[in-house]
Parts: sequence; C-alpha cells; structure tokens
Amino acid sequence: MPYRLLRFGLGRKHPEPRMFTRPERLKSAYDVVIIGAGGHGLAAAYYLARDHGIRNVAVLEKGYIGGGNTGRNTTIIRSNYLTPEGVKFYDESLRLWQDLSVDFDLNLFYSTRGHFTLAHTDSAMRTMRWRAEVNKHFGVRSEAVDAAFVKKSLPMIDIECGGHAPILGALFHEPGAIARHDAVAWGYGRGADLRGVEIHQQTEVTGIRVEGGRVTGVDTTQGAIATPKVLCAVAGFTPRVLDMVGLRTPIFIHPLQAMVSEPVKPWLDPIIVSGSLHVYVSQSARGELVMGASLDPYELHQTRSTLDFVEGLSAHMLDMFPFLGEVKVNRQWAGLSDMTPDFAPIMGVTPLEGFYLDAGWGTWGFKATPVCGKTMSHTVATNRNHPLIEGFSIDRFARYELTGEKGAASVGH
Amino acid sequence: MKILVCPLNGPRPVSEFAYGGEVRIMPDPDTCSDAQWSDYVFNRSGAPGRKYEWWCHIASGYWFVALRDTLRDVVLQTLPADRVRAGLPPANGSAWVPPADGRPGEQAP
Repeated sequence: MPYRLLRFGLGRKHPEPRMFTRPERLKSAYDVVIIGAGGHGLAAAYYLARDHGIRNVAVLEKGYIGGGNTGRNTTIIRSNYLTPEGVKFYDESLRLWQDLSVDFDLNLFYSTRGHFTLAHTDSAMRTMRWRAEVNKHFGVRSEAVDAAFVKKSLPMIDIECGGHAPILGALFHEPGAIARHDAVAWGYGRGADLRGVEIHQQTEVTGIRVEGGRVTGVDTTQGAIATPKVLCAVAGFTPRVLDMVGLRTPIFIHPLQAMVSEPVKPWLDPIIVSGSLHVYVSQSARGELVMGASLDPYELHQTRSTLDFVEGLSAHMLDMFPFLGEVKVNRQWAGLSDMTPDFAPIMGVTPLEGFYLDAGWGTWGFKATPVCGKTMSHTVATNRNHPLIEGFSIDRFARYELTGEKGAASVGH
Repeated sequence: MKILVCPLNGPRPVSEFAYGGEVRIMPDPDTCSDAQWSDYVFNRSGAPGRKYEWWCHIASGYWFVALRDTLRDVVLQTLPADRVRAGLPPANGSAWVPPADGRPGEQAP
C-alpha cells in the first residue's frame, strides 16, 4: 500500500478538492475576457496562462462549463481534411491530443480507432483519392482502400448496404480517434483555474463596450468589466455576440442532431462515416453507439430534437448494419452549429481592435479544441494571427479567397 | 413547425418543402462597390429573429415567402412570391425596404 494512501486512511481530515474554485464576484478589470467556457474558450485560457503568462483572465459562461457544443458533439478526432490549410491545422491538433491526458492528469479516454469514410459512388471515391493524396503530402496517414479492405476490417458491415448503395471503397485514416468530450472541457478548465484564470458560470454577456474603434469592456448580468481584449468562442451564439459589436459575417445557424443507443457489447472498433447515407457512428467506451447525421434543413436557434431525425438516421444505420434492428435508441439531442459557406472556421483578429473571433466551427469544432486554444492564445497575446490560422481569417470572403473544406465535411450537408 | 401553409397548396407537412434562405435585396451590380457586393454574396443576418424566407413546395415547384420566428420555429405568415416586389411589411423591428429603382432586386435561389 502506498505510504500516501496509508497516511490518508489513518488521518482525521479527508479533504475533497473541488475540480474548480468558484470565484466570488467579477473583478473590475481583466487583461483578457473570454466569452464561452466550452472546450475552445477554456483551452485558450489554459494556453494564455501556461504559455504566454497572461493569468489575469476571466472566462464568462452564461450556462455551465462544457454545456454547449463541447458536450453535444460525437467526439470524433481526425485530420483527413481536403485543403492544405485544413490538413496542417487539424494535424497539429491531433498531435496536441496525444499528451493531453498527461498534461491534465485526467483520463480523457482518448482512444485511437481508425476512421473509415465510405464511398458509395465513383465521384465520392475520387474525392477519397484526392484527400488521401493531400493528406500523404503533409505526412498524415490516410489511404484510399477498396471494398474488400473495408469488409475485412469490419466483417459485420453489409457491404452492399441492402443493395441500393453498395460500398465501393473508403478513405481509411488510421489515427482517427474518439475522446470523452466533457473531460476535455474539465481538463482545460482545471488547468486554467490552477494557473489563476477565473471561470464565471451563469454570467451572460449583455454588451461589449467599444470606444474609438477598440474594445474597452464588457457588460454582463453580474456587472461591467473593463478589458482591452475580448475573445469570442461561443459556437452557435456567435451572431448574437457579433451584433453587439456590429460585425457582419457569413455565419448562419442550423441545428445538428445526434443520438446514442443503449449499450451493447463491443463490436464496432473503427469510426464509420458515410457521406451518402448521412451517418457517422462510433462505439463509446460504455458500449453505446454514438450516431450523428447531417444538419437540420433550415435555420433554427433551438436545441429541440425530432422524430424525423431518429427515423432517417436509424434507417440508414440499418442499411449498413441490419442486425441492429432490435437495438433501442436511448437519448437524442441537438446543438447549434455556426455554419460558414466554405465549411472552414473564421478565426483570428477582426476589424475591431481587441476583438478576437474563434467561430464558424459548424459541425467540425471538437477535434480542433487543442489547436484552437493554442493558436487563439498566441493571436490574443501577440495581436497577430498565428501562421496556422491565416487561411481562416474573417477578411477572406471580401477577397473571395475561400478555404473550401466541404469535401472533407463528415457527411454531405 | 411541422405543417407549413403553402399559399398555393394549403397546409402540407414540412418535409415536402425546401428552405431557400432569407429574402434579401440585391444591390445593383453595375453601381455598387466591391465591399457592398461581397457583403451581399456572403454575409447573412445570423442572429435569431422574425425573418422573411424563401420556401419551395417541392412537389409543385412553387416558390413563396414565409415570415418565420427563427428562435421559436413558428411561421407567422406565408405570402405568394409576387408580394416581395410589392414590398413586405416590416419584420424584426427593421422596415422592409423594396428596391427604389423598381428592379426585381431579389430572386429565388
């Protein structure tokens, strides 16, 4: 028995350290204010404190830590993107994921599974070859594989998909992984908290003060704060915050739904994505099948979920895995996705001095959490875009220089 | 919103319709600046509110306009498309301004 455990057992006091300290009230001024205590906001706070020595930081959250899209995604991590900008960016993220559990001293259940993007048509197969070549050029392990390889890797799949959408091949991305999404927010939050960052939950931003073209402060439901720098990392609420400062962007909001089945014994090791069938699925450490589909078809700012979605997704799941017919769906939910026309994010400095944006994360934000924290903290600290995010700047639209990532979106939207 | 009242076909399930985005005024391409044009091409009003939107009844290929609250997902009114040219009543606090020069100005996507 370790000595520490013996001493703890025989001791009179059994302290139970909290995950986070709960700061009493807002100070009157901070060096940086981050709006949104999801994975992205907390990661930025963590790296600001750890790598840039900026610790007088407040993270404001109108709900609770990780209660937005950080806790609503389907936890897939991959870097098999289509554009050079995207591949480099997400591959750096994948690298950062590897030692996060050790960094945080918290088990993220990071599990490398391999990731198949199935192709059911010749044109999809062509995109897979294209992605494989771009990926390999940047040292990312991706291969275009044939139907026999898919069948061998996952014998339980119906390779004919009931006859109407036979699988021709796939893009196989070996480093594809899943992780426990809540723990990511908690790990970054605790790490930031230990370094002096204040996380204020139930604190909603109601206005942003601007004087002479630069940010001077933030109004919240808990009072006003002075600050020269504001980072906005609020996912589906981005347009509402941008309206406070009068910035226009192409961001529009659609809900994205997901669902999980009851737990079943482990049978699905890899992550399976089918763009044509609008399905992505993996099996969690608990045995649940975590499933998602494409966006809801029209703008909506509501996290309701629908029967249409469950019926449609289940039908497509049964095309690939007919034996799941008796398995029940346990939960379904939705999150608000801030979509962009080119399926790439909008990040970095903005025309308003001191206002930084980490937005446009649509349906692809979870995997990027570490690299967003890293690059946005650098951008906030130096007031200059990090080289990795130059392709994602807000002014690319006025220059018609889009970063077209739609071909790498997990399902056709 | 599960039923949408089409001005031509009456109440139909929403799965029969396609969403076409917000009704917007196109600036005159001959006279507007580059900034105005890229703003029109890309930028959107992303915040929730009462918005006029293009909808299409797929089975009959009929385009029309719906006034919808995008926060509550409630359709307040549906109108035939020719009402756009005539000028729509104000929505979301800001008045709808029909194009001054009589150009159609807006098109179904």
